[in-house]
Amino acid sequence: MPVSLSCTGIARLLSNILVIILFSVIAQYNWALSADAVKAITTGENDDRIAALTKAMTSPDESLTRLIDALLDDAVKIADGRAFIVRDGKAIDAVSGIEVPLPSNAEDIINNNRVRGELDAAKAALSLLSTDRNVRAKAIIELKDAADEARLPLIDRAIAKESDAELKAKLQQLRAAMLVASTDKSKRLDAIAALASSGEPSVKSLLQERLQPSAESDPEVRAALVGAIKTIDGKLVWGERLGVIFSGASLGSILLLVALGLAITYGLMGVINMAHGELMMIGAYTTYFVQNLFRQYLPDAFDFYILAAIPVAFAVAALVGAALERTVIRWLYGRPLETLLATWGISLMLIQLVRSTFGAQNVPVENPSWLSGGVAVMANLTLPYNRIAIIGFAFFVLLLVYLLINKTRLGLFVRGVTQNRTMASCMGVNTARIDTYAFALGAGIAGLAGCALSQVGNVGPDLGQSYIVDSFMVVVLGGVGQLAGTVYAALGLGVLNKFLEGWTGAVLAKIFVLVFIVIFIQRRPQGIFALKGRSAEA
Amino acid sequence: MTQSTRRGAMKALAVATLAAVSGSLPSFAFAQGEPIKVGVLHSLSGTMAISETVLKDVAMMAIEEINAKGGVLGRKLEPVVVDPASNWPLFAEKARQLVSKDKVAVTFGCWTSVSRKSVLPVYEELNGLLFYPVQYEGEELSKNVFYTGAAPNQQAIPAVEYLMSKDGGSAKRFVLLGTDYVYPRTTNKILRSFLKSKGIADADIMEEYTPFGHSDYQTIIAKIKKFSAEGKKTAVISTINGDSNVPFYKEAGNQGLKAKDVPVVAFSVGEEELRGVDTKPLVGHLAAWNYFMSLKNPSNDEFTKKWAAYAKAKNLPGHKDKPLTNDPMEATYIGIYMWKQAVEKAKSVETDKVIAAMAGQTFKAPSGFTAKMDEKNHHLHKPVFIGEIKADGQFNIVWKTPGPVRANPWSPFIPGNDKKKDVPDGKSI
Repeated sequence: MPVSLSCTGIARLLSNILVIILFSVIAQYNWALSADAVKAITTGENDDRIAALTKAMTSPDESLTRLIDALLDDAVKIADGRAFIVRDGKAIDAVSGIEVPLPSNAEDIINNNRVRGELDAAKAALSLLSTDRNVRAKAIIELKDAADEARLPLIDRAIAKESDAELKAKLQQLRAAMLVASTDKSKRLDAIAALASSGEPSVKSLLQERLQPSAESDPEVRAALVGAIKTIDGKLVWGERLGVIFSGASLGSILLLVALGLAITYGLMGVINMAHGELMMIGAYTTYFVQNLFRQYLPDAFDFYILAAIPVAFAVAALVGAALERTVIRWLYGRPLETLLATWGISLMLIQLVRSTFGAQNVPVENPSWLSGGVAVMANLTLPYNRIAIIGFAFFVLLLVYLLINKTRLGLFVRGVTQNRTMASCMGVNTARIDTYAFALGAGIAGLAGCALSQVGNVGPDLGQSYIVDSFMVVVLGGVGQLAGTVYAALGLGVLNKFLEGWTGAVLAKIFVLVFIVIFIQRRPQGIFALKGRSAEA
Repeated sequence: MTQSTRRGAMKALAVATLAAVSGSLPSFAFAQGEPIKVGVLHSLSGTMAISETVLKDVAMMAIEEINAKGGVLGRKLEPVVVDPASNWPLFAEKARQLVSKDKVAVTFGCWTSVSRKSVLPVYEELNGLLFYPVQYEGEELSKNVFYTGAAPNQQAIPAVEYLMSKDGGSAKRFVLLGTDYVYPRTTNKILRSFLKSKGIADADIMEEYTPFGHSDYQTIIAKIKKFSAEGKKTAVISTINGDSNVPFYKEAGNQGLKAKDVPVVAFSVGEEELRGVDTKPLVGHLAAWNYFMSLKNPSNDEFTKKWAAYAKAKNLPGHKDKPLTNDPMEATYIGIYMWKQAVEKAKSVETDKVIAAMAGQTFKAPSGFTAKMDEKNHHLHKPVFIGEIKADGQFNIVWKTPGPVRANPWSPFIPGNDKKKDVPDGKSI
């Protein structure tokens, strides 16, 4: 929005757009930008640079478009007052467009937010009359936040020329946004009426601004403003409600992932595994490792590293889990306090091991480009792709675990051993091996959780510590020994937490959730779902 | 006999020169007499290890450098490193051990304000000396502490002024967002009162806190978006501390909160904190510090080169491949050298003599400016820089003060502070 703030510069810029169009026909493909103009745009104080840019916009040509694009990409360097556009290691002179060697003293040009805003607006202004529909659509969005009456001639012209109905409607709204500050009362009222149909937060912000006593004194217009804001609010409120539900589901799916492995190791096997969090950390570091391998050896397929990381994270964490079970936990079955201490010790050792190998600092795990950003479902509701993916992933893992436990021979053995170890053993089940498999499965799922967490949060040695309490909370609340309980508890806690957070803030929400769990467990120690039958006492 | 001594001295000189050049060899010098013990009190494990480990390393680097050049007063420095493990009471215990058992002449340490508050009584009781290298909320002045980080008027206030300026986007509404503890709460109290003095109404300020280690910023980002839709140009002032910053910025990027629309200025985010972040969605967000790694001047070139060589030689995880320097590292470095100069001026390591000699010490800092220890208030005069995050995790410096700024530990924006003295109690001027 810095654009709207330097109205004078932009005003001049845009009132000159008409001239631009005339000139652009003549000046096309001609390197007409003078050395002085380039120097003025690239060096000196921001105010002067913006003024120079405005001036250059009166006769735009290829070289200006190229310069603006390069400035926005941070690809311009300057040496001794000459600007060079550097792309792919090749430098061209910004004035002549000829490839030249880059002087050794060339320095980067620094564009702050304000200058970048001006450059964006200039680019949008240049492309509003483009023949490509997508380019025009982008330009309209770019100009949306910079409503300014001085821009009106340009918009009017664009409306007249626009053939696409949808873009035309958007331009009309842009026009209305500019007229809302008009000196003509009827124009203002028309504009407000046109804007009321929009569901954009930016429009609301604009109307709110007009409502200031210093901005609008006419009671009739004020009433129209209040009405329009109310209409927009009505549209926005749904976005907010859906937003709370989505963020609750997202938190719930993360809780589900972190608790699912524990539901097996603790819930089914009865091992209080304090190293569960560290198994997640191992999964996350594996993801980091796979990412680095892809970056180094398969840079073209970098976007898909996460798909390779999922099975690798599972395998690595499962192997570590199996090793733990074989070496430590196997000797401690039926002694929960000792397992608690032993696994806690292991967790500290794993943390320190990772810290000495990778350093105490967090390591960067990049979102693949298809998991960055989000989809704008409504004007004020953007759902980030990584969160959508994790919700899907959590349920995918849940389905796999369900099938594995309930539909396979291994699952049958696991259930058999947890329900009655002696009997299963008598029936010829190798209980020791089943224990290892089950623990490895729980650990592997923790590894998957770590892989997912690397896409939303930090990857560091302490990653597991921040989730261990949450995961126990979910399993205990859901009912030990019950997968279904874990699902309900995870989603329930997620939505409850997000609902409270919107209301009371994050600090109090966390406290309220804990208080709720304490009360709930006191009332119902067995959790949401209780195991029934003989196995419950075993 | 003489010959062999001379040869030994020649050898020592050669090694010392080499060490000075590479900044990496173990100390070996012709220092005589008892070594001077120097305490290093930084968390090497626990949540703060992420930030503090590197301060221990930079302190060790400076000590090696000094030793390689012959030590202080002809005596070698001997570092005593302890690990208070991000545990605030343990900080006090370890500090007591350093001062009374190890008899260190000075301690370089602490990061969080709560750890400083925990060791403060120890240093005052035993008349020790502590150098604290991190920006903080002010509201404190002790004769036994030298603060080489920024006070609020050397970081927070200039940053907000920049946001309100034309270049910063003329922000009119502010979100004060922080982690829930003493530093963010006090800073935000100061900022709220500062904003009010600039004519910003209470309705245009939103204050929000999250617990330590918070990692789910969906609700907060949604709230910020809603708040910014309710009026003109909004800016976020973030005092989020530690690694919560990563999920915060990630969520902001994914939900399309762009720096151009709602800039976020952070006081605890530097090069090191951005190491774990994919910085592409963050381009344009801001940070305010007294030093940035990207500053171009000869002293910074030297500093960053020395650090890179040291990290490589010591095989420091992370830094050996990608050496980064940041503001608290610079502050630690300045602190050690100023202490050395003060000891040389006082010709003694006695606390009271060193305190007296510290007044007015200057040091050509990596920031490119000459930092000066104030004659009275135990804080440095430092320049202020504002940087915008670049895609490579470094900062574009978009604004700076013309010169060093004197610290105001007692912010005038907190009522009652005008009556407080700018000199620590018990200090003779």
